[in-house]
Amino acid sequence: MIVAEPKSLEEINQMIDGYDKVLMVGCGTCTTVSLSGGEREVNLMATAVRLSRKVEGRDIEIGQQTIIRQCDWEYIDELKDVDDYQAIVSFACGAGIQGLARKFTDIPVFPGVNTSFIGFNEGYGLFSEQCKACGECILDKTGGVCPVARCAKGLLNGPCGGTNNGKCEINKDQDCAWVLIYNQLEGQGKLDKFKEILAPKDYSKAGNIRVLDLRT
Amino acid sequence: MGFREDIQNGKFVVTAEVGPPKGTDITEMVHHVKALKGKVAALNVTDNQSAVMRVSTLAIAKVLMDLDVEPIYQMTCRDRNRLGLQSDLLGAAVLGIKNVLALTGDHTTLGDHKDAKPVFDIESVQLLQVINGLNEGHDMAGLELQGTTDFFAGAIVTPEANPFEPQFAKFEKKVKAGAKFFQTQAVYDMKKFHAFMDRASEHNVPILAGILLLKSAGMAKYLNKFVAGISVPDELIDELAPFKGADALQKGIEIAGRQIAELRDVCAGVHIMAIGAEDKVPDILAAAGL
Repeated sequence: MIVAEPKSLEEINQMIDGYDKVLMVGCGTCTTVSLSGGEREVNLMATAVRLSRKVEGRDIEIGQQTIIRQCDWEYIDELKDVDDYQAIVSFACGAGIQGLARKFTDIPVFPGVNTSFIGFNEGYGLFSEQCKACGECILDKTGGVCPVARCAKGLLNGPCGGTNNGKCEINKDQDCAWVLIYNQLEGQGKLDKFKEILAPKDYSKAGNIRVLDLRT
Repeated sequence: MGFREDIQNGKFVVTAEVGPPKGTDITEMVHHVKALKGKVAALNVTDNQSAVMRVSTLAIAKVLMDLDVEPIYQMTCRDRNRLGLQSDLLGAAVLGIKNVLALTGDHTTLGDHKDAKPVFDIESVQLLQVINGLNEGHDMAGLELQGTTDFFAGAIVTPEANPFEPQFAKFEKKVKAGAKFFQTQAVYDMKKFHAFMDRASEHNVPILAGILLLKSAGMAKYLNKFVAGISVPDELIDELAPFKGADALQKGIEIAGRQIAELRDVCAGVHIMAIGAEDKVPDILAAAGL
């Protein structure tokens, strides 16, 4: 899933400072699961914004709607009475926020979350990055552990000299991906894969504005 | 005779290193270089060492050559993409630089520009392949060069890495990728280093053991606690413990000299890291009987 973290109340207040009719839109898929942009989080943020406006003595009308996904026209079309609002805060990932911005071109759309990464749900409220969406998956060569996402340097040919007791040089709580890869391949009797020199990645597959067309 | 010839002729080779300063005043660094002139086969020039922004390695390597000291041009993959790396390598060749040490580089978040975008477009193993490609007359895209390089490419290895096996497997990849010499992370436990050499020697590639000058017992403890792949045995810490200041430094010089003497029949040479005390390298060599 796509993992996001909620923006601070202060940041959201700043974005909507000049508006007194704001629609907050939650997303029922990824950001709901990552506890950052679902119905619950939209409600919390709307309440907090109303309170802070009250303290300032300024009125604000906040509408709250949560749709199944914001990265799909089918669901965006379900939003109601959007024209009644002066601004929208979207609690979807970057794709969803831009979905609303594409649909409602006359109304400013602001991000309610910081989109963080493609991650795994390790347990309630704990997510770990697993994939960089690099466009050329090599998990077959690395024991099912992605060094592009899980090595701080994205190394393709083994651990750097910073590996310390199997942990990453930039975060001692983080496992060294290359130690995980080695152990996994060793356990499978496939260390020959470790010995293969992997070529530099083809960033033309990741660095451009990508469109995937499966229609034909 | 240069560094490459000395190694290829089986001479016990000594290298040391200088770090380009942060700022344009290179007076102190030049003083260190002059102190090492004629005492070492070549001097490594570090590349934004520890991810701290400093004068460019290429410029300082040229300064060394102007002082008649042979540089080993350290190149990390942290700050430049494949165009930048190859372009600088060609530039180095034009300037007459012969030796390159291929490194991945410390992560940006460990340095003084923690908010920088780390590049790591390629890494050390691939950089070795790139250098060999340039030597063969083509770039990474396979395009022919007008005039080729003739670099003597080296790499690093951490003999006391924990865990060791993945590190050793990477060492073997570096050999396969074309590393013609190795300089190691600092080694202190000679027994462990012997064991490493027993395994590494089957690859028949010259290895220069890393000698990091201990300046105090406190420094040794700091290394053990904070620096990956370095392990100073308790005996050495105990040996340094009674001494303070200049006396501790003197003891460190004695230890380094003793280790170098022990290594003379074990590996191809030593790489001395004096970290700011480069003018003490001649004393270390004297203590080693070199």
